[in-house]
Amino acid sequence: MIGGLFIYNHKGEVLISRVYRDDIGRNAVDAFRVNVIHARQQVRSPVTNIARTSFFHVKRSNIWLAAVTKQNVNAAMVFEFLYKMCDVMTAYFGKISEENIKNNFVLIYELLDEILDFGYPQNSETGALKTFITQQGIKSQHHTKEEQSQITSQVTGQIGWRREGIKYRRNELFLDVLESVNLLMSPQGQVLSAHVSGRVVMKSYLSGMPECKFGMNDKIVIDKQGKGGTADDAGKSELGGSGKQSIAIDDCTFHQCVRLSKFDSERSISFIPPDGEYELMRYRTTKDIILPFRVIPLVREVGRTKLEVKVVIKSNFKPSLLAQKIEVRIPTPLNTSGVQVICMKGKAKYKASENAIVWKIKRMAGMKESQISAEIELLPTNDKKKWARPPISMNFEVPFAPSGLKVRYLKVFEPKLNYSDHDVIKWVRYIGRSGIYETRC
Amino acid sequence: MPAVSKGDGMRGLAVFISDIRNCKSKEAEIKRINKELANIRSKFKGDKALDGYSKKKYVCKLLFIFLLGHDIDFGHMEAVNLLSSNKYTEKQIGYLFISVLVNSNSELIRLINNAIKNDLASRNPTFMNLALHCIANVGSREMAEAFAADVPRILVAGDTMDSVKQSAALCLLRLNRTSPDLVPMGEWTSRVVHLLNDQHLGVVTAATSLITTLAQKNPDDFKTSVSLAVARLSRIVTSVSIDLQDYTYYFVPAPWLSVKLLRLLQCYPPPEDAAIRSRLTECLEAILNKAQEPPKSKKVQHSNAKNAVLFEAISLIIHHDSEPTLLVRACNQLGQFLQHRETNLRYLALESMCMLASSEFSHEAVKTHMETVISALKTERDVSVRQRAVDLLYAMCDRSNAQQIVAEMLNYLETADYSIREEIVLKVAILAEKYAVDYSWYVDTILNLIRIAGDYVSEEVWYRVIQIVINRDDVQGYAAKTVFEALQAPACHENLLKVGGYILGEFGNLIAGDPRSSPLVQFNLLHSKFHLCSVPTRALLLSTYIKFINLFPEIKGTIQEVLRSDSQIRNSDVELQQRAVEYLRLSCVASTDILATVLEEMPPFPERESSILAKLKKKKGPGALPDVEEVRKEKNTSVNGGVEPLGASATPPSSTDLLSLSSPTSLTPASTSSTAASLLVDVFSENHVPAAPGAPLGPVADDNFSRWASSVVSLCNVRKPLGGNCESPPAHKLSPRRFVCKNNGVLFENQLLQIGLKSEFRQNLGRMYVFYGNKTSTQFLNFSPSVICQDALKTHILLQRGTALCVRGAQLQQVLNIECVSEFVEAPILNIQFRYGGMLQNIAVKLPITLNKFFQPTEMTSQDFFQRWKQLSAPQQEVQKIFKAKHSMDPEVTKAKIIGFGVALLDRVDPNPSNFVGAGVIHTKMTQVGCLLRLEPNTQAQMYRLTLRTSRDTVSQRLCELLSDQF
Repeated sequence: MIGGLFIYNHKGEVLISRVYRDDIGRNAVDAFRVNVIHARQQVRSPVTNIARTSFFHVKRSNIWLAAVTKQNVNAAMVFEFLYKMCDVMTAYFGKISEENIKNNFVLIYELLDEILDFGYPQNSETGALKTFITQQGIKSQHHTKEEQSQITSQVTGQIGWRREGIKYRRNELFLDVLESVNLLMSPQGQVLSAHVSGRVVMKSYLSGMPECKFGMNDKIVIDKQGKGGTADDAGKSELGGSGKQSIAIDDCTFHQCVRLSKFDSERSISFIPPDGEYELMRYRTTKDIILPFRVIPLVREVGRTKLEVKVVIKSNFKPSLLAQKIEVRIPTPLNTSGVQVICMKGKAKYKASENAIVWKIKRMAGMKESQISAEIELLPTNDKKKWARPPISMNFEVPFAPSGLKVRYLKVFEPKLNYSDHDVIKWVRYIGRSGIYETRC
Repeated sequence: MPAVSKGDGMRGLAVFISDIRNCKSKEAEIKRINKELANIRSKFKGDKALDGYSKKKYVCKLLFIFLLGHDIDFGHMEAVNLLSSNKYTEKQIGYLFISVLVNSNSELIRLINNAIKNDLASRNPTFMNLALHCIANVGSREMAEAFAADVPRILVAGDTMDSVKQSAALCLLRLNRTSPDLVPMGEWTSRVVHLLNDQHLGVVTAATSLITTLAQKNPDDFKTSVSLAVARLSRIVTSVSIDLQDYTYYFVPAPWLSVKLLRLLQCYPPPEDAAIRSRLTECLEAILNKAQEPPKSKKVQHSNAKNAVLFEAISLIIHHDSEPTLLVRACNQLGQFLQHRETNLRYLALESMCMLASSEFSHEAVKTHMETVISALKTERDVSVRQRAVDLLYAMCDRSNAQQIVAEMLNYLETADYSIREEIVLKVAILAEKYAVDYSWYVDTILNLIRIAGDYVSEEVWYRVIQIVINRDDVQGYAAKTVFEALQAPACHENLLKVGGYILGEFGNLIAGDPRSSPLVQFNLLHSKFHLCSVPTRALLLSTYIKFINLFPEIKGTIQEVLRSDSQIRNSDVELQQRAVEYLRLSCVASTDILATVLEEMPPFPERESSILAKLKKKKGPGALPDVEEVRKEKNTSVNGGVEPLGASATPPSSTDLLSLSSPTSLTPASTSSTAASLLVDVFSENHVPAAPGAPLGPVADDNFSRWASSVVSLCNVRKPLGGNCESPPAHKLSPRRFVCKNNGVLFENQLLQIGLKSEFRQNLGRMYVFYGNKTSTQFLNFSPSVICQDALKTHILLQRGTALCVRGAQLQQVLNIECVSEFVEAPILNIQFRYGGMLQNIAVKLPITLNKFFQPTEMTSQDFFQRWKQLSAPQQEVQKIFKAKHSMDPEVTKAKIIGFGVALLDRVDPNPSNFVGAGVIHTKMTQVGCLLRLEPNTQAQMYRLTLRTSRDTVSQRLCELLSDQF
């Protein structure tokens, strides 16, 4: 289990140090600083072993969070915990920065006491935590004695993530399907690797203890239904121009509220949701991905001192949809001494500090194409090394799910209170973003 | 030096540096640097000429970025341009950039050298200085080659400024250190010596350093420097009125120069000229006198400078080792330091005293400080000082005070620091042995040593005790008694048990008369500790037991019982088990007479250098003192180094290691080869050799050899996957079998490389052309083929072009000369290494050089053939093999193969026309082997019968293997 947890700033100074177990000595703090933060070569691996002690770290802007252990722990668990802890901290005081951490020392220690006990992760549900850790800015909503006494029974009870007696005038829920699409493409347009990692985020304002059931176009479910002959309204796609009915999900994880036994046996996702915003599930797909953009690079070296680059981007989705925040990043050689850019659409600029030409387009409809051409002047160097030609990367946001995932239903049952599924107002939104979306040139 | 004018502040640089300092994160820093680099690149693009100021500024920025740890691959040209500027600051920055960033870049180095040459030739002293500094800072071979002639010229030229001379001297020193072979000694050397007379003290100081270094290499050329140095030294030390310019440091006149002059004098023996000699003595006395004066300042710098000169003077006195009065005075002076507050002074005093102790004149004087040193040992807080104290005690030890010093050291050992314990143990052991008047004292001391610091007592120490006890009759009884008493302690160290076991096994009978140490008591005492020991000790004890059987027949039963017990006779350790079994059998089978002969007392050991001393020398060897003190160290170790062996002093020059400690396979005893000796020697060779006493040596060696041989083969096998694994695709390996009958073809091919072969052989010589073809579009770097082969075959690569194998399609040719010395089996291995795309590729291919290549065909008639065939009728000369055909049995193909194999195909020799008969002679350098062969195909059964007769059985065997593989 986790033996200790440290938070460092970018200089390697310790901001938070919490040791849970005796086998972690004081020197562990320094060991991590010396061997990872101040290491001569940048440490790529998130897990570092120093003198039989394992350090798991994540970095948020300039802040390092490191969990330490001497035991053989489940690394995925530790990282899950670290991410969760980042979420909790963000929920409490916003962005994780040195300033904010320094201003919330007491709060962080209190949180650490609560979410990690003797190195074992505990309830890290922000909603639940906020009911009883009410440092700075978070005011207790429970003023009466009995309400406060309820907290204990709720947190230690079977459904630790939701308290009883919630009431809303309007029962409303929001579903966000957030996906990031990752791609590596060869210059000839061959897909070398592609996958989508997605999240389903739910914001619920429901009264009582509602029982929910979530349905999507999961291939296994659809096929099963298809065989059973109960294919109702499955797979009438309105999104992203995808003609397919169902998608194959490679793997998925759920929020703790989802009944896993039921998922295992019937593959149905049923749960009692926490109040407020939370992440219902995470998934990954690798098959039949709709690639929203195609990048066609053309790089020509003219002598030793000149380079001509032409890049065409093509949007590949329904013309009615609009992609936003498009940014194409074209790397330039390290000995660039001058750049001239011409583009039809958007704005393009040579950013010397990043060694790249950055081309930004605010909006772009589907089935369009646009192009940029640049002339790069080079300074002859005495270095014989050839330019490695890093890939062209791209950022964007599209209003559909590139994996093809579709929400089929989200049913709400509340047997005790008298509102039915029809009374709940439901909103669904799809956002596809670029992850690492690269094309070699 | 011209003052830096206001306008040279370089605001842009300051802003850039402060920007970087203010960066919050590494990423921000990198961004800022990238931006600046882009800016500089756009400025250096060459569209418009830059003025000197901005060029300097940008070069400065590049330098700063480089120092931050980023690669700089441009701007060198601009820096070189700065060198030709007339402004000091611009030139300076240019030189700075060059000396930090220059590598042996071919095109630039010429320009740089040109600029330096110009500056050296200029009359401007600051420019000359800059150039000299640059040469010294870079100090590369290229620099030395270019300027080794110019610098001495500047150094000795009459009109050179003092500051330039100073720089030139130091520059020459540096070149001399980095590439001594390139700096020619010429007529300037004599003139350099006269620089010691220079007016300017800075020049003298620089020149002294240079002369010292040169004098260490060629002392004869600089002999004249001695008198000049003495004169200079006496002027500094003795005269009061001399103007020392700015070279007085905290009231000490020119300390650095004094120290350097004293160092220089240490390169030579004491001057022969009486006048110079007395002048030097005067100087040294003056220095010693000054040490007695009350300090002129309380500042630490004052005393440091004064003491530096003093210690250097003392080392000179020690080096000369000729003036008794000076030596004694030095010793007294150091004695004062022994109790000084400063730890460093105490350390230095002890160290210098160590050297003084070796001089015959001052040895007695050093001895007077013994009490102080001993108390230092006890009270000193710093372990390094204590270590020196131990060294000094060791150095000052002689017959008169040995007992006391050994006692003190033993005393100290109990509390000594762990890091120096082993050394103290060795020293005690040596001193005890060397100055032992009475051997009972020696035995007591060593046993005490083992008792106190058993873990630090190395093997050599207790081996030595046993050697001495065995060689000295008078001490044996006492040793047995003491050992017996020592063993009675409830817990005793394993080393003690080893000594005890050995000595009681040899001389237990001497104390057996006493009922308190009767045989049975002795045995029980040893056996009570048996189970707590490690395997080697147990093995030794088993040998003791068998010796007991000889010494005390009355306890034979008890011992046999012990040997017979399961824990011995079925011990999981092979060595113990074998000893138990063999000893048990020996004790049962042999008669008492035989036992007495076999288990006779050990013969005395031949005398030789003490193994302990060798060990101490080895320990002292690495990194005890810096190399300047080499000479002194030599002396230091020789203080007590020349231990004359006890008893006889004749040391056989190449005496074998008689305990067979180091040589793992030597089982033969050094002295006598009686069985008894071999048995006991074996006691010491414990786990070196798995074989038991008397086990035949031959098979072991053979086995080792064959294992070694097979490991060689497996090495070759391992290499191949290694070569193939990194990026290079699975190599298309072509079987070397194909080359048995032909000489040309493609040997090896993968995606990167193709190796082709063409070879020709004549008698025992061969020539092979190897063609390497690069199949990629990039260069291979560091392309280096090498050939590994056995002794039986000599290969010699004639043409070797290293480094690069150029672009696609290009070929490299290499010629290999081969000489066959004697018949062989293993083919040589061609090992190719190169870098491709940053990865080291390693390819190992067997070269298809087989024995049959050295065939010369012989034509003979049927009669001749059968006559010879009959001559070679000994069974080992003929090899026959019947095998199934792997290919179709076409007689034409078979014919071609046999001719390709190298023999002459003899027609109409065999009565059966379908049989093939061949004859040939294999030429090796040593011999020629005639060979006859006969191949009988059986088309119905698809079988062949191959019969070979040669005058050597190994050759027949090998040829048969090779040829039968072909069909």
